[in-house]
Amino acid sequence: MAKGYVAITVERCKGCAFCVEFCPTKVLALSSAFNSKGYHPPNVVAPEKCSGCDLCGMYCPDFAIFGARYAR
Amino acid sequence: MSEMECVMEIPEDAFNPVEPFLRMDRMPHIWCAGCGIGTTVNCFVRALLNSKADLDKVAIVSGIGCTGRVAGYAQMDSFHTTHGRAIPFATGLKLANPELQVVVYSGDGDLFAIGGNHFIHAARRNMDLKVICVNNMIYAMTGGQSAPTTPGHATTSTAPYGVFEPAFNLVSLAEAAGASYVARWTTYHVMQLARSMEEIFKKKGFCFIEVLSPCPTLYQRRNKMGDGLEAMKYYKKASKIRHGAPTSECALTKDGEIVVGKFVDRDRPDYLELLRSQMVESLGERYAEPEMACEDAEVTCSL
Ligand SMILES: Cc1ncc(C[n+]2csc(CCOP(=O)(O)OP(=O)(O)O)c2C)c(N)n1
Ligand code: SF4
Ligand code: SF4
Ligand code: SF4
Ligand SMILES: [Mg+2]
Repeated sequence: MAKGYVAITVERCKGCAFCVEFCPTKVLALSSAFNSKGYHPPNVVAPEKCSGCDLCGMYCPDFAIFGARYAR
Repeated sequence: MSEMECVMEIPEDAFNPVEPFLRMDRMPHIWCAGCGIGTTVNCFVRALLNSKADLDKVAIVSGIGCTGRVAGYAQMDSFHTTHGRAIPFATGLKLANPELQVVVYSGDGDLFAIGGNHFIHAARRNMDLKVICVNNMIYAMTGGQSAPTTPGHATTSTAPYGVFEPAFNLVSLAEAAGASYVARWTTYHVMQLARSMEEIFKKKGFCFIEVLSPCPTLYQRRNKMGDGLEAMKYYKKASKIRHGAPTSECALTKDGEIVVGKFVDRDRPDYLELLRSQMVESLGERYAEPEMACEDAEVTCSL
């Protein structure tokens, strides 16, 4: 099971792809779907690889994504 | 699409650690897709969290510009001053209430064109301020005019054939003027930037951090340098970390190497210490510490 999770606030995303590019384990990919503003938000494509490092959250200029570790 | 969509199991109490520091009722913010300003805000929030700064004792002051909006989005005491006047406002704030950690968060145009004189004199006096400059190499908010930081050959709305004026090297300027702490990062260097910001919360005196940040709308696009992501990839590729590098060798160019790191970390008495020692020297026993009572609305300050 993945160590962490990533949560996306789709409607706040502007599709810059910073999170996709800089996720160290390539958990994310831009979706082909649009949000209501016409941007492509990221999708989780490899959930098992998420460490919850929150680098995606550090990069996201729109405060639309964050990662965290599961409490164990 | 749903609000928070994910194929993973997300704990019910999960929240974005940045949100408590932002005025969420003002989101979404005005910044364009791929603009780097929001990324610098994430780093700033991590620095606040890690340094365990008392938020009641932190104030953020901005000038005008896209970067200047940070003061309006930060969920803490903040003031959005007139263009170029963030540093003089912050100076007054600091002197009236020395307990405050005063952060100046503004753009390259605001701090180094109209506000350039304030910058060098605050550095000279070693005023205890933390100055964070988001350098997108342009006057963004007003339509992409040349700034004193626009590198040679870049095209701007006021230099359609390319900028020929030499640009300021901000880190060298800050060091020469007397800053106690000088660092430069880019929005690619999120961890290092957050650490630098944390460091200046513990440092007394005039601290300066320059953050190179994409303006895809007005700088990258006009210069055919792609979008925000392209700029981030360029920062990643072109940056060299050189702590302690002589700042005179760290000038930025349009598409060359970007020297990043901490360049200056020195201790000089700050303005309030200098003022105090002067008073003690001149007045001897007649000198009394000024009363600072800024907790209540009534401010007494008998300096
Ligand atoms: C006294 C005054 N002069 C000019 C302006 C117009 N003005 C607003 S923002 C700005 C430049 C902002 O550039 P910068 O500080 O680099 O901020 P950015 O938008 O790039 O983040 C200018 C010239 C103004 N608001 N007030
Ligand atoms: S938390 Fe880390 S590993 Fe998970 S998606 Fe974000 S950047 Fe990738
Ligand atoms: S970094 Fe943020 S705004 Fe950019 S694509 Fe990812 S979630 Fe969207
Ligand atoms: S104009 Fe440039 S600096 Fe201003 S919000 Fe847009 S991308 Fe950012
Ligand atoms: Mg600017």
